[in-house]
Amino acid sequence: MRILSSLLRTLALAMTLALMPALAFAQQAAEDAFARLSADSFSDTARAIDILVQSAHPNAAVIIEALADGRLLAGGGAVAVKTKEGGFLDARTGQALAAQPAGASPVRLNNNVRRVIQGALGGLGLINPDPGKRVAAAEAVFRARDVSVLPVLEAAIAKETNDRARRALREAQAAILIAKTDAPPFDRIAAVDVLRERGDQDALATLRALPGDASPGLREAQARAISEIEGKLALWRAGQNLWYGLSLGSVLLLAAIGLAITFGVMGVINMAHGEMVMLGAYTTFIVQEVIRSRFPGLFDWSLAIAIPAAFIVAGAVGIAIERGVIRFLYGRPLETLLATWGISLILQQAVRTAFGPTNREVGAPAFMSGAFELGGLAITWNRLWIIVFAALVFAALLAILKLTPMGLQMRAVTQNRRMASAMGIRTGRIDALTFGLGSGVAGLAGVALSQIDNVSPNLGQSYIIDSFMVVVFGGVGNLWGTLISAMSLGVANKLLEPYAGAVLGKIALLVFIILFIQKRPRGLFALKGRAVEA
Amino acid sequence: MITRFLLSNMDRRGFVFLALIAAIGLLVPLANLLLPAGSPFHVSTATMSLWGKYLCYALLAISLDLVWGYCGILSLGHGAFFALGGYAMGMYLMRQIGSRGVYGNPVLPDFMVFLNWGELPWYWYGFSSFPFAMLMVLVVPGLLAFVFGWFAFRSRVTGVYLSIITQALTYALLLAFFRNDMGFGGNNGLTDFKDILGFNVQAQGTRAALFAMTCVMLISGFLIARGIVSSKLGKVVIAIRDAESRTRFLGYRVDRFKLFVFTVSACMAGVAGALYVPQVGIINPSEFAPANSIETVIWVAVGGRGSLVGAALGAVVVNWAKTVFTSGFMAPYWLFALGALFVFVTLFMPKGILGTAQGWWESRKRPAPVPAPEPAPAE
Amino acid sequence: MNAPTPGALTSSLLYLDGVSVSFDGFKAIRGLSLTIEPGEMRAIIGPNGAGKTTMMDIITGKTRPDEGTVMFGGSVDLTRLDEAAIANLGIGRKFQKPTVFDFHTIEDNILLALKSKRSVLKTLFWQTESQQQKRIDEILGIIKLADKRERLAGSLSHGQKQWLEIGMLLAQDPKLLLVDEPAAGMTDGETAQTAVLLKEIARDHSVIVVEHDMGFIRELGVKVTVLHEGSVLAEGPLDQVSANERVVEVYLGR
Repeated sequence: MRILSSLLRTLALAMTLALMPALAFAQQAAEDAFARLSADSFSDTARAIDILVQSAHPNAAVIIEALADGRLLAGGGAVAVKTKEGGFLDARTGQALAAQPAGASPVRLNNNVRRVIQGALGGLGLINPDPGKRVAAAEAVFRARDVSVLPVLEAAIAKETNDRARRALREAQAAILIAKTDAPPFDRIAAVDVLRERGDQDALATLRALPGDASPGLREAQARAISEIEGKLALWRAGQNLWYGLSLGSVLLLAAIGLAITFGVMGVINMAHGEMVMLGAYTTFIVQEVIRSRFPGLFDWSLAIAIPAAFIVAGAVGIAIERGVIRFLYGRPLETLLATWGISLILQQAVRTAFGPTNREVGAPAFMSGAFELGGLAITWNRLWIIVFAALVFAALLAILKLTPMGLQMRAVTQNRRMASAMGIRTGRIDALTFGLGSGVAGLAGVALSQIDNVSPNLGQSYIIDSFMVVVFGGVGNLWGTLISAMSLGVANKLLEPYAGAVLGKIALLVFIILFIQKRPRGLFALKGRAVEA
Repeated sequence: MITRFLLSNMDRRGFVFLALIAAIGLLVPLANLLLPAGSPFHVSTATMSLWGKYLCYALLAISLDLVWGYCGILSLGHGAFFALGGYAMGMYLMRQIGSRGVYGNPVLPDFMVFLNWGELPWYWYGFSSFPFAMLMVLVVPGLLAFVFGWFAFRSRVTGVYLSIITQALTYALLLAFFRNDMGFGGNNGLTDFKDILGFNVQAQGTRAALFAMTCVMLISGFLIARGIVSSKLGKVVIAIRDAESRTRFLGYRVDRFKLFVFTVSACMAGVAGALYVPQVGIINPSEFAPANSIETVIWVAVGGRGSLVGAALGAVVVNWAKTVFTSGFMAPYWLFALGALFVFVTLFMPKGILGTAQGWWESRKRPAPVPAPEPAPAE
Repeated sequence: MNAPTPGALTSSLLYLDGVSVSFDGFKAIRGLSLTIEPGEMRAIIGPNGAGKTTMMDIITGKTRPDEGTVMFGGSVDLTRLDEAAIANLGIGRKFQKPTVFDFHTIEDNILLALKSKRSVLKTLFWQTESQQQKRIDEILGIIKLADKRERLAGSLSHGQKQWLEIGMLLAQDPKLLLVDEPAAGMTDGETAQTAVLLKEIARDHSVIVVEHDMGFIRELGVKVTVLHEGSVLAEGPLDQVSANERVVEVYLGR
């Protein structure tokens, strides 16, 4: 800290000196700095940074940045910067070099040197022509909270024209003032206000670090600001949890909605449903492998291509299961349950034999990676896209059931099989297609899950119980019920987590659903009356 | 009254089964202890323990058959009762280790010392006493089944809904027992047992006694189950399976009958678990895995549900096949075989081995049989 | 409880007043009132959807009415009890589709129905006493299935199952018997025999018969109640009712 403060003090001095024609002095100082950089001693390196800043060397920023990144090479009388592109520059002149100077090796760093670098970059940054850099520098000062930088900071504020940068600089100033015991009390209270407006975790930490000397007025302002910020942060945290909950809910929705069709509409317990999800994920993996090896340029389109592929693969397997096994077991739900469990074991083992038991890597296209901030929320792109995807799948399914002739026939067969058959609907074909649709949707869920979960033969197993819970909780035969159930279970899970922990939260939800089914055996949105009994 | 209750209506198949188990329970330990290792009739301790394990599974299968085969309740959570009985036994065995653990703490099991626990949690009290632990083997699974059944049966949760929530129950317990904070050894469970009633668990003589005890309990379990299903209560229970609401309109409180059978069955599963633990030497949360409970269902289905002998037979046959399969070059294909078994039995052998064999035998004796009613849907 | 107890609100055995129930907005029963006297036999007719089965569901506790009074024996409020409790009070029910226990023998079917203590422990340690065995034999004789007593009920013909179910109701010895379409799917001979059986039962039980078959009802020769859209349209002897213009209108349409 002391080194930093002396550095910043000299920095202030350097700014005044820089106005004078003191080139010779600067030249000499720079030579001293370069010699120190070559000396391979941490204290000399730290001193060299100091000198470079003091003498306002034209390449100081480039050199110090390179040093921070380990791209500064010294030795054999030469000091060179290795550019990010891999070329070399002479540190003294800034001219390009043909090759790496002989005998030069990267200048080593320790924590002390790093600290000095950070301070130096902050100081240099405050007068950088790029406003973005000035904001970053102000942030660095905000965290370092060094009193000695105050004069520079005030000078910078006076000159600042960019609003964002000015705010950042003011916040940095406030962070310093609030801790400065000899600052005018009024300024300190005003500083508290600035921090309160900033209102984030850093502001809170700065406010909490108020030294013990504070006057009662200042204390009161501080307490008010802290409680206000805490309230705001709690709100954002709740918002963040809500977001996580919606994200989990959309995953549950994707996993369960296919089941809502096979179980809810057809009354078939498909324990191999999770394996349909797994097949979807593996289809995504295969599609990506093919694209990687044959058409690397299409990588960003891999998921878009995988979506129909997964739907077809899982749907076809579903139809095969329905025609091969399930149709012989209609009206015997418990036997269906056992047979499909057997199928799930076979599918798991088949995938394990074909692809091995280990996790497979499914890459994320560019538009799925990264995150952005929205107010106090951190939102990752992949989660956002999964929510969008879940909504689209839900809407499409609803449309199929409500608007298409196939949906009409499906509902007819569900409600009265014999009547539908008498009216010329081929019930067997509709059964197979309905089951295929449910399984295909599970395959779509697999595409989405490949982005956030491990693609392994056990993928399906981890979702099957949750999916059943969602369908049962929502009420059988009701897609809207499934939607509401998935979202409320997802949100409830994430809101419980901070208090109970992930596992206990999940147990609590399971127990809740077990109790809920006692109360309403047919779920949240159940049909009533005689139709149910039939 | 009790003898009559246990032995009335015993059919020939039942007597054959009892005689067989009694003979195995007597001869196998003797063959293990008295015959020299070179004798062709010698049974190795490893083989005996393996078959002891199968017989524990047979008891579990009988308990499941009682609720599924006779009462029509497909429990996908019977593994939970088995595991709870096992944990009760495991806790007794842990307390018997005393100061011989790695950390040498006279009271706390090793894993608690490892977690820096200061004292024994209250629910571990009493488990150093064998009678208390044995009581808990019955009470803990029984109580859970009673409370769970009380809610479920009163609100008339039936069929697949009941199956799904029993599965959720065992899944919740699986998650709970994985937690270190629960005080049951977390992921690793309870193991490194030393003594049972002062005898070394690893010793050959103890192993033989445990095997004989397993046979005794299997016989008792069979007799109790047999007594229940051949009493009038058994007839009521079958009536509930086939026409629940008709039974209700006859004035029977269906929920109480279900609750009785479910609770008895859970206690029986608990005993099976308690016998299983000292013979395999470990109990851990994976016993709660829903897949285990479903596998139990397939034993019963293979043997023939609605037949106690069939259930026991199914458990032994499937597990023996599993051992043979997974110890050879076919090991990677065991899940294919098991999966195919599920599909095959439900599609082609709804009455299981015993029912199918019986049907075949009867059709040979009488060329034109009276048409038997269709097997009732399992709901 | 045969005689009205001091606190009784009515001397009727069964008393329904202003009963309504609806499913998803559809009123299956609206303001239904009906009384059955001790020892009475009553036939209930009505077109499909008139609410006959729902009425039985309400009396036996399967369905709870939204409003209205349902009293049994003058003082017992049936809307507060469940199916088993109501059955144990002495109300027996025969379903439209014969429901017997297919996997039990005919004798065991009767045994299960036989009036006795229904508790778990009592059934667990049950011993059939000679008097009870005599009653079972007697009933098997009445329903003409004595020689088939060891057969599984599932192997009986449709008509035989109907009789077995009636036999089970006899064994239950209820004060009130609800019989839903006993003649459905029977041959003429079986129908006539069934009518004889029911009349025999009606000698010492109250009976409500729901039936479509007018010939059958004529054979019973009892008071008739006509239901339409969930309430009573007409009541009286069959000849009088079938002359009622509105009844003709409901049955035949305009």
